[in-house]
Amino acid sequence: MSEAVVERVAAATPGPPRLEWQVATVVSVQQETPRARTLVLDVPQWPGHRAGQHVDVRLVAEDGYQAQRSYSIASAPAERTVALTVERLDDGEVSPYLCGVLQPADGVEVRGPIGGYFVWEVAQGGPLLLVAGGSGIVPLMAMLRHHARADVSARAAVPVRLLYSARTLDDVIYRAELEKLADPPQVEVVLTLTRDAPPAWSGYRRRVDRAMLEAVSWPSSAAPHVYVCGPTSLVESVATLLVDLGHEASRVRTERFGPTA
Amino acid sequence: MADQPFIARGFHSRRAAAPPGRLPPGQYETRDFPVLSAGPTPRTPLESWDFTIRGADGGQSSVRWSWDELQALPRETPTVDIHCVTKWSKFDTRWEGVSVDTLLDAALTAGVADGAFVLAFCDGGYTTNLPRADVTGGKAWVAFGYDGAPLAPEHGGPARLLVPHLYFWKSAKWVRGLQLLPSDEPGFWEQLGYHDRGDPWREQRYQGDP
Ligand SMILES: Cc1cc2nc3c(=O)[nH]c(=O)nc-3n(C[C@H](O)[C@H](O)[C@H](O)COP(=O)(O)OP(=O)(O)OC[C@H]3O[C@@H](n4cnc5c(N)ncnc54)[C@H](O)[C@@H]3O)c2cc1C
Repeated sequence: MSEAVVERVAAATPGPPRLEWQVATVVSVQQETPRARTLVLDVPQWPGHRAGQHVDVRLVAEDGYQAQRSYSIASAPAERTVALTVERLDDGEVSPYLCGVLQPADGVEVRGPIGGYFVWEVAQGGPLLLVAGGSGIVPLMAMLRHHARADVSARAAVPVRLLYSARTLDDVIYRAELEKLADPPQVEVVLTLTRDAPPAWSGYRRRVDRAMLEAVSWPSSAAPHVYVCGPTSLVESVATLLVDLGHEASRVRTERFGPTA
Repeated sequence: MADQPFIARGFHSRRAAAPPGRLPPGQYETRDFPVLSAGPTPRTPLESWDFTIRGADGGQSSVRWSWDELQALPRETPTVDIHCVTKWSKFDTRWEGVSVDTLLDAALTAGVADGAFVLAFCDGGYTTNLPRADVTGGKAWVAFGYDGAPLAPEHGGPARLLVPHLYFWKSAKWVRGLQLLPSDEPGFWEQLGYHDRGDPWREQRYQGDP
């Protein structure tokens, strides 16, 4: 690891305060896709975050049983509220609760922000290559939103490409917002649909592979900062292919959400 | 610190309860073996692989084992529960490897300068710090077998540290050696906000946790 990020965290380390559990209030919910929902949270003592970080969510039942899971922050650091986007796994324990039961004005316990490696700031420069699978778009969306809020010159200095793998077009989270970012192009957005595509679909229709990465990514000589997030299988294969294509391993940062997604 | 839990309206467990006393606070049992690492999976050929213990004299004294030499040492086959800071725990995982006691004893006998702390170092630049007492006394291994087969690269193969009584980021993947140190020096995640020791039973996930 290199980067000012690490130095800054290290400088802040002596006697850090505990990350306390806090009861956040659900301000609003928004259905993003049939299976994914965004929760906008008001966290009373939010210290601010960096794009790419996550929070822990804790659910405690009446009988004292508790479950904790991690969720990436989708909102830009400059926003006052904290947005999470959760994909429902039908047989899961926490995601069906967050996607279904929780309603505006409800409280939910969170602590964070957490994670200091899978983070990106405009000041780090570019180019920036983002590769997402499924709900792996969430922390990358925080980076895109952060980029979109930067001033024009900082933004122009950092070209951004997003390669996003989803099952179907309906499963593309933040689709309208991504279309806006792509036209006029602030960000080059490339989608690949792995299960089912509309008849008129002219984009990719397969899992991310070497040829696709070669076509979409900058050459390794351009030394892009690369962030890969999604299910383990996608992250493993994409990160390995990028290293095979000559990208320095230390420039490829990964976040794995788990075996499914 | 008043850690009064807030009851989540309408939330109920959807899981069968784990055997009492087996699941540390905030953890859930999984039967999968999830993968977590900060970057791509490094791949080092066994011919050029080695394991080194460097002394607390800044590494002036050291001992080194090639892959074949490590394989020739006495092996153990611990069956242990493992706990990841991302909340999953997995019970009864079966490993094969060499006890860190065996390696440290050999190093100290060979005159390597002793220290109260170790920093494990790995392919890919990952490091993690541990008190020496957490890797001795039959509590830690350099593991190269998992579930009766060679350890897969995404799980840290050819060899990883196995320190099951601490959160699993301390069980450094792709480990290449231990640096003995006179004083504690934070490793990779420990510099990025994670707890210095990482005892799952005390829920030492992040800096500032008890
Ligand atoms: C750093 C990080 C960031 C993350 N960010 C996001 C995010 O932004 N959005 C998001 O949607 N997710 C995110 N995740 C994933 C998230 O933390 C949860 O893992 C996910 O929501 C599933 O939780 P769950 O409780 O619904 O499912 P779980 O109950 O954990 O089940 C997960 C899967 O395991 C299987 N399962 C269920 N019970 C068992 C059992 N007893 N034994 C074995 N397998 C079982 C089920 O088939 C299910 O599909 C992130 C994870 C990490 C580590």
